[in-house]
Amino acid sequence: MGETVLELDRVVKDYGTHVTTRVLHGIDLRVERGEVMAVIGPSGSGKSTLLNLMGLLDRPSSGRVLVRGIDTTPLADDAMARLRGRSIGFVFQFHHLLPAFTAIENVLLPIWSDRGTVGRAERRVARELLERVGLGPQADNKATDLSGGQQQRVAIARALVMQPDVLLADEPTGNLDTSTADSIFALLRDSGRERGGALVVVTHDPRLAARCDRVVEIIDGHIVSDVQKATAPA
Amino acid sequence: MPFEWFVSIRFLREGRMQTLLIFIGVAVGVAVMVFVGALIDGLQANLIRQTLSVQPHVIVRPAEQGARDVAVRSASLVAARIEKSAQRTSTLDSWQVIQQTIDRVPGIVASSPTVAGSAFASKGNVSRSVALRGIDPASYPRIIPIDQKIRAGTFHLVGNEAVVGTELAKDLGLAVGDKIRLVSTEGRDDIFAVTAVFDLGNKDLNQRWVFVSMRSAQTLLDLASSASTIEATVGDVFEADRVADEIAVRTGLEADSWMKLNAQLLVALKSQSSSSYMIQFFVMLAVTLGIASVLVVSVVQKSKEIGILKATGTTTGRVTRIFLIQGGIVGIVGSVLGSALGALLAQLFANLATNPDGSPTFPVDLGPNRFLIATLVATSIGLLAAVAPARRAARLDPAKVIRYG
Repeated sequence: MGETVLELDRVVKDYGTHVTTRVLHGIDLRVERGEVMAVIGPSGSGKSTLLNLMGLLDRPSSGRVLVRGIDTTPLADDAMARLRGRSIGFVFQFHHLLPAFTAIENVLLPIWSDRGTVGRAERRVARELLERVGLGPQADNKATDLSGGQQQRVAIARALVMQPDVLLADEPTGNLDTSTADSIFALLRDSGRERGGALVVVTHDPRLAARCDRVVEIIDGHIVSDVQKATAPA
Repeated sequence: MPFEWFVSIRFLREGRMQTLLIFIGVAVGVAVMVFVGALIDGLQANLIRQTLSVQPHVIVRPAEQGARDVAVRSASLVAARIEKSAQRTSTLDSWQVIQQTIDRVPGIVASSPTVAGSAFASKGNVSRSVALRGIDPASYPRIIPIDQKIRAGTFHLVGNEAVVGTELAKDLGLAVGDKIRLVSTEGRDDIFAVTAVFDLGNKDLNQRWVFVSMRSAQTLLDLASSASTIEATVGDVFEADRVADEIAVRTGLEADSWMKLNAQLLVALKSQSSSSYMIQFFVMLAVTLGIASVLVVSVVQKSKEIGILKATGTTTGRVTRIFLIQGGIVGIVGSVLGSALGALLAQLFANLATNPDGSPTFPVDLGPNRFLIATLVATSIGLLAAVAPARRAARLDPAKVIRYG
């Protein structure tokens, strides 16, 4: 087993103040470097809540979330935001690009926001990433002038620009046609392997899950199965 | 470019119509501020200039003698008492010394002695009551620019020469070079040659004032070598009050500033200023609310984008600044446009109507400070208006806004 990049330690999440609903019941989960993991489960199972907690977008009601061994519980919001920017890359179902910005500017945003300014070196990195996802010629196009698949590729390049330890993808192929979905997933998995970071895909698409090394199934806020495959299918 | 600036400018550009409208809104507000301010200040400056063109800034007179007892000798003698005289009778005997003292008071730029009294001016069998003003022709123009108000002839007062106003000239049928007889209330008289006719822009003064040399006036009024008043000009007209007080302290004489002598005018000007400030305040308040509401709408419209920025690591501080900068940019751009618009309006207004002498009926004051202040005010209110929207943006929970595309 490799290095643990993300760890959930007895994580509980409740919602509501007067009447509380427990969405997650003490989740223990370790994500190792280089892993390609699928989190599956029906709607309302707590998948999204789990994703928010893993992505440091939300805090657990109890339990701890550790990134590369660092406990995030005592971190203030801004410190959490910076840690999130540096260690987690997000790919959402709806690409969530900034429409007023070009493809390369969207890719640059996380690094720009982290450092305050960007120079030639950062621009080169962003351009290389766009070439890597097959969008070299479209680098200076407005985000809104790209097709759905192209936008999702830009979103992947953006998620990779900070060289995150964990790439979190929430239904990354949810609104794409099958062939585009396949190539997007291949891109996610391959770029994860190249970097040596982990990829966590939240999905209810069994085809997608089948292509991951490890499948974690969550139902009603409990992990009901955690299957590690001996070898990942190609 | 710094991240916050880049995102701010993009967000504004993306807003198009919204951004354009708020720029125009701020510009109109700033234009009103510049225009109203320029007009009111211009009118006021003109009014003060007109007032001071026929009035000295400071007049120094002998201290008024109050009622006083002169002698209490013994029980058998009733104390003699002098009542306050109905007319100012005393004069400044050693005015040269007093003038030197006045000239040393900080803020004084010029001073000149005058001799004043009543007389009759007559030509043929027509006679008019006039105010005789004996002046020093060398220094007096620095108190009242009489030399620039000459309509005919040349300003010249040597020996038995006199300068009269346009109204008196009309009444007596005088022209430059004519002779008039001046008879003082003391009964002394002499013949004077008219060297020039002045127009002070005031009918009463044009009818009443007759300038002669100080020497002639002293002779006519039987004043030996004394002066009636010393009149002084100060550097800053609004310092006249303070300078007059200082003169009074140093000389022991009575010194009145134009401000004291025109108290009502100043009160009128002050209330005019206050109403102008009120208008400007409420216009700017409306502009502030306008900027704030546009930015609030923009925060709502862009909540998803803000959520993405936060999810990808943007701190609340940076999100706050993105919106503050937008407010600041709106203020600066709006005030540049508004300054230009206001200046244009004011200039148009100034050219709309002119006096016979070519000067504008509605003079405007378009000093560089006006634009500097307008820009500072608009930028500050832009920032101020952005505070609430910026905080709202900073508080957005990324987990909530990005889930639902």
